[in-house]
Amino acid sequence: MPEPFRVILFVIFAMAFAGLNAAYLVWSERKGAAHVQRRIGPKEVGPYGLLQPIADGIKLMTKQLFLPKGADPILFMVAPLMVMVPAIMSFCVIPFSETFVAAEINLGLLMIFAFASVNVLGLLLGAWGSANKYAVIAAARTVSQNVAYEIPMLITVITMVMVTNTMNLNEIVRSQAGWFFHWHIFRLDISLLMPVSFLIFFVCSLAETNRAPFDMAEAESELIAGVYTEYPGMGFGVFFMGEYANIVIGAALAVILFLGGWQSPIPFSPEGFLGVFWGLFWFLIKLYALIFIVIWIRWTYPRTQFYQLLNLSWKVLIPISLFNLILTALQIKIFPWL
Amino acid sequence: MNGLLQQDLNQETFILNLGPQHPATHGVLRVKLEMDGEYIVKAEPVLGYIHRMHEKMGENRTWVKFLPNCGRMDYLSALSYNHGYVAAVERAAGIEVPERAEYLRVITVELNRISSHLLWFGAFVLDLGGFTPLLYAFDDREQILDLLESVTGSRLTYCYFRFGGVYNDIDDSFITGTRELIKRLRKRMPMYDALVTKNIILIKRLKDIGPISKDMARRYGATGPVARGSGINFDVRKDESYSVYPEFDFDVPVYEEGDSMARYMVRMDEIEQSMRIIEQALDKLPEGEIKPKKAVKLVKPEKGDYYYAVEAARGSFGVRLVSDGTNTAYRLKLRSPTYSNLSLFDEASRGMLLPDALALMGSLDLVIPEIDR
Amino acid sequence: MSGYFEELISGTKSLFIGLGITAKYFFEPVVTMQYPHEHVEMTPRFRGHIELIGNEETGEPKCIACGMCEKGCPSGCITVKGEKREGVKGKVVTEYILNFTTCSLCGQCVESCKFGAITFSKDYNLASPRKEDFIFDLIKRLKEKS
Repeated sequence: MPEPFRVILFVIFAMAFAGLNAAYLVWSERKGAAHVQRRIGPKEVGPYGLLQPIADGIKLMTKQLFLPKGADPILFMVAPLMVMVPAIMSFCVIPFSETFVAAEINLGLLMIFAFASVNVLGLLLGAWGSANKYAVIAAARTVSQNVAYEIPMLITVITMVMVTNTMNLNEIVRSQAGWFFHWHIFRLDISLLMPVSFLIFFVCSLAETNRAPFDMAEAESELIAGVYTEYPGMGFGVFFMGEYANIVIGAALAVILFLGGWQSPIPFSPEGFLGVFWGLFWFLIKLYALIFIVIWIRWTYPRTQFYQLLNLSWKVLIPISLFNLILTALQIKIFPWL
Repeated sequence: MNGLLQQDLNQETFILNLGPQHPATHGVLRVKLEMDGEYIVKAEPVLGYIHRMHEKMGENRTWVKFLPNCGRMDYLSALSYNHGYVAAVERAAGIEVPERAEYLRVITVELNRISSHLLWFGAFVLDLGGFTPLLYAFDDREQILDLLESVTGSRLTYCYFRFGGVYNDIDDSFITGTRELIKRLRKRMPMYDALVTKNIILIKRLKDIGPISKDMARRYGATGPVARGSGINFDVRKDESYSVYPEFDFDVPVYEEGDSMARYMVRMDEIEQSMRIIEQALDKLPEGEIKPKKAVKLVKPEKGDYYYAVEAARGSFGVRLVSDGTNTAYRLKLRSPTYSNLSLFDEASRGMLLPDALALMGSLDLVIPEIDR
Repeated sequence: MSGYFEELISGTKSLFIGLGITAKYFFEPVVTMQYPHEHVEMTPRFRGHIELIGNEETGEPKCIACGMCEKGCPSGCITVKGEKREGVKGKVVTEYILNFTTCSLCGQCVESCKFGAITFSKDYNLASPRKEDFIFDLIKRLKEKS
C-alpha cells in the first residue's frame, strides 16, 4: 500500500479508536461504579445499557450552544479542541502491534509528552474564557497540579530510556521480547525498585489526567464542575472525550514502558497476518486491565486535599524517583563488570 | 472577563457566593464568603430561604394538630422532635405515660438516631469525594427504615407519638427484625472503619482541620457531637435525664482534639452506643398499655411557661411552651441545635482554605430546614 | 525520618485494604429492587391516602358523616356532607372529598373516627401531571373497587 494512504488509514483508525473508547469507557465506568455500589447501572437503553453512550451523545448534541455573558468567544470555543486534538494525535505513535503503528517515529515518547503539556494550556484558556470565578480557581489548581506531577513522570521515563537506549516506542516493546519475566516491570536486575517505578508512573498518570483521587480541578461538590462549569452540551462533551482519550494514552504508555506492550507472555507468535492480531489482542488485554484499575480506584477513595496532593508529589514521589534513577544508573554500569 | 474587573483593582479580596443551590450545603444555605485568593477572610451565612413559620403555626393550631409539623423540621431525626414537643405538652398538662410506651419511644428514637448518623456519614464522605460509602450506608439505613415503617407507617417524617403514649404497638417480627439488624450492623461497622476511617487520604483530609476550641463551643452554645468533639462532656440524656434513660447503661463518647476527625469519631461511636441502648431496651421491654388508662379526651395544659429538652441527633433540642389555658399555645419556641452550631462557622473558618471550610461545614452536620424552621 | 517511612508504608497498606473491600462488593449480588418492573409489597401499616371502608353486606360506606375527621385534620383537606334519609338510622354520607395535595399523612382522621369508616390505602405509585387528579372522590372510589 502506498505510504500516504497507509498513514491516513491508520490515522483514521486511531481517531475512531479514540472516539469509540471515549464513548464506551463511559459505559464501563458507569457499570463498574454500579457494581461496586451494589446496584445495576444503565439497563434500560439497549441490552445491558449498551446504547446508553449513544443516547447521551445525542442528548449533548441537541443542546443549545451558547456563549455566557462576558466570555471571550475565541478562547471559549478553541479550548475544548485544544484538549481533545493533542490526545487523539498521540494515538498515531502508539504501536498496537508489531506492524500496526501509524507512524514509527524515533522520538515517539517525546512527542507524546509534548502533546500532554498542551492539554493543561487548553484547560486554562477555557477557564479564563468562561469568565466564571469557579472556573478560574479550578484552572489555577489544575496548572500547579499538572506541573508538579509531570516531574516524577518524566524522571521515571528518563530512567526507562536510559535502560532501553531509544525513544522509539516500537523498539522499547521489541526489547521486552521473550517470556513474561522479560517485561520491564519484572527486571529486578536492571533496578531493584522497578515495581515501585511502575507505581509512581501510574500514580502520576492518574494525576496528569485529573482523575480521582486527584480530581480537585473538577471537584463536584465544591466547584460544581470546575473548569467545565460554563460549557454547554457538546462543548462539555468534547472535553469529556479528551479526558478519556488522555486516560487511554496514559494507560497505553504504562503498558508499553513496563508491561511489554504487544508482547505475549509466552515467546510463541504466529506468522504473518495472524501475528498482527495476536499482538493486538495482548495489547488490548493489558490496556483494559489497567483502565479497569483506574476506574476501580476512582470509586474507592475520597479526594485528596490540594496541598496534600502537592506534598505527595514534591516530598514523596520526586525523591523516590530520583533515588531510583541513580540506583538504575549504578546497576547498569556496575553490574556488567561483576 | 469584564465581570472580573468590576471591582477596584487595588482590592485584594473578592466575594464568592456559596449559593443557595450548591451540592455541599445540605439544604438551601447561602454563605457569603469573602476570599483572599483561596483563603477565607470572612464567612457570613445568610438564612431564611426555607422559612416555613412553624412557630407561628404552633400558635394557630390546636395542640394535637401541631403534631405533623414536628416531623417536618428536622426530617432526618423526626422522632426526637416529636418526643420533645409531646413531652413538653405532657409536662404542662400533667399527663402520665405508661412504661411500655416510654420504652417504645426510646427504641424508635435510638433507631432514628442511627439512621440519621448513617446518612450524615454517607453525605460527609460524599462531600470529600468518596462516592461509594454513601451507598453502603444507605443499604444499612434501608433496613432501619423498613423496620420503622412496619411500626409507624412512614419512612421519613414520622407522626408516631401521641399525648400520653404512642400510636401503634409493636409485634414480634419487629423485635426479631431489630435484633437481626443490630447483629448485621455490628458486622458492617468494621468494614466502614477499614474502608473510610483508616484510609490515609481521609485521615489527611480531616486531622487538624477546622479546630473548634472548648471555649469557642461554649461561647456559641454548641451542643451535641460538635461540643462533644471539643471536649465538653454534656449529653442531655445523661445530665438532664428524661424518659427512661436513667435505666440504661451507656457511655457518652467525648474526644478532646476538637478537629473534624474528633467530631467524625464521636458520631461513629454514638452509633455503637445507640445499639447498646436498643439491646437493653428490648431485653427489658415490659408488657402493658401504650396509651394511658384514662384516655386523654381534651389536652388542656395549665397556664404557664414550660421547657423540655431532648437529645436529638444534632444536639439539644428544646421546646418552650407558653400556654394561656386555651386550646392553642400562646407562644411555641423551638430551640434548634443546628442554629447554634452554624453560628460558630464564621469564627472557625477564618484563614482556612475553601475545601477545608467545606469539610468543617460537613462535620457540623447541618440540616437547613431545621435552622430556618 | 522514621515517621516518614512509617506513614508511607501504613498509608499504602490502608489504600490496598480499601481496594480489597470494594473488589469484594463488586462480585456480590445487587441489593436494589427494579421498582417499575417489580411490584413492591407495602407493609400492612403503610400510610397511603385514606379510603372508605364499605359495609360487608350492603357495600355502602360505614361513614355516618359526623365530621370528626374534617375537624381533626390539621390541613383541612377533607370535606364531608351528609343528609338524613327516610328509614335509615343516623345520617348517610353523600359527598366525601379528599384533597390529597395538602394531606400530610398524619393519621388524625383515621384515629378520630369512632366508627371504623376510614383506613389507609396501599397506593404508592401515584403520579400525574395534573393537580385535579389528586382531588379524590372517595365514595366513587369505593363503588369502583367493589
